[in-house]
Amino acid sequence: MRVFATQVVLIAQRSFIRTFRQPGVWIPPLLFPLMLMAVNSNGLRAATHLPGFPTNSFLDFFLPFSFMQGALFASAIAGTDLARDIDTGFLNRLALTPVRGSALLLGQIGGAVGLGAVQAVVYLFVGLIAGVHVDAGAAGALLILVLAVLIAVGFGTLGLWLGLRTGSGEGVQAQFPLLFFTLFISSMNLPRNLIEVGWFRDIATVNPVSYFIEALRSLIIEGWNAEALLLGFGLVLGLIAVAMALAARQLKVRMART
Amino acid sequence: MRQRIDVATAVAYRQTTILLKNPSLFLPPMLFPLLNFTAFAGGLSRLRHVPGFDFHGGYTAFQFVFVLLQSAAFGGVFTGFGIARDFERGFARRLLVSAPRRSGIVLGYALSALIRWIMIAAVLTCVALAVGMKIGGDGVDVFGMYALAVLMNQIGVLWACGVAMRFRTVQAGPLMQTPVFMALFLAPVYVPLHLLRGWIHAVARVNPLTFLLESGRGFIEGEPTQVAAAFGVGLGLVAFFVVWSYSGLRKAEAAGG
Repeated sequence: MRVFATQVVLIAQRSFIRTFRQPGVWIPPLLFPLMLMAVNSNGLRAATHLPGFPTNSFLDFFLPFSFMQGALFASAIAGTDLARDIDTGFLNRLALTPVRGSALLLGQIGGAVGLGAVQAVVYLFVGLIAGVHVDAGAAGALLILVLAVLIAVGFGTLGLWLGLRTGSGEGVQAQFPLLFFTLFISSMNLPRNLIEVGWFRDIATVNPVSYFIEALRSLIIEGWNAEALLLGFGLVLGLIAVAMALAARQLKVRMART
Repeated sequence: MRQRIDVATAVAYRQTTILLKNPSLFLPPMLFPLLNFTAFAGGLSRLRHVPGFDFHGGYTAFQFVFVLLQSAAFGGVFTGFGIARDFERGFARRLLVSAPRRSGIVLGYALSALIRWIMIAAVLTCVALAVGMKIGGDGVDVFGMYALAVLMNQIGVLWACGVAMRFRTVQAGPLMQTPVFMALFLAPVYVPLHLLRGWIHAVARVNPLTFLLESGRGFIEGEPTQVAAAFGVGLGLVAFFVVWSYSGLRKAEAAGG
């Protein structure tokens, strides 16, 4: 167990350092969601005049989008880094060592988790400065950070699976719009009950991303909503489990090939 | 002139062939506007009920114009990535040596951006019509709207071309796309200009792309508005970025490709 933990820490450390050594990798994912938050929270402010809109501040409503976008970037980073390891032969060399596959997967998302944590703190901090009021208080703010990191882990693990499956950074990047699609076709811009187009509302209802957003949003604009939180945490843990299983299976295939 | 056109045609043919042979290069720029269109037109249509929303062509048409202009601009920017890649791989150096008229190179890249965008625009238009977009304007109005998008496409490619030829690396990609993205989103994307409030209203009012967007929406609604201003701004920006891209070409020549 101790050896396993050491392996995870060493690989996570490498992943974390590699991510933060390249400003081009972590600065855009940090700034881009903030820029979009600034623009969209003002551009869509008129939506708060719609009857039934749950808050009079679109910034409060829109802040969770930043966490989600950050998590998607984490997914691309984790997947691209692993694909580069495959491309450069690092994974092959690692296969000759006693490192366990599970340790490799857990460690590889270290960079994404680290970035996810930094992003979550920055987004929340900027949001609070810009006037966001977290209805659930300090404990709620802390829970937002926990959930945001878990979402980054979930998407990061999905990125690992894509990296292992495609084996190329370009392949991972090409899947990125599809992951983004899950965000776009959710309740990110309007509450589901205010979405007018039937098919869009139906897809948003079965899309787990809607529940991640709604769990984060509930802490900001509603306070403590047990149903939203249970759905959000339950689904994100489910995502991590499914993505980890897929990645572990793909790792076996990849190792067998090499 | 003949030599310039020959160079331009050859560059455009090569870029288009590369694009069609590589789905990974072709599909993301195609998917991006479709995703935006789905998210905005599908998810935000309730915004037409906001008090003061006075666009009568339906929210799908309202968003279609934005996404069309966005696809045009990004069709140009993605071509800029290809130019940077040509410099990284040494192809551009050989092209500079062999082209009898180097100005044809910029022209060729601009032509390839237009071809790329026409394919995207065709798919986008078909999708929009399939989901029930209403067009209030007549043939001339629709032509006017697509003409504005062509100007947008050329603004995008000439800007990206200037950046690519100055930096000569794909790492300059964020520099090519971020200003375009920001300029587009600092226009009235979701609601008409008069419904924006605060700093974004002040910025959108002086944003040159607002003229193109508002005019394009006027065309599709069948009530053309600010047409002279929009074409004036569009042609002015194209002229400015022609100078920008050709000075980039001179810098690339001076650096030896």
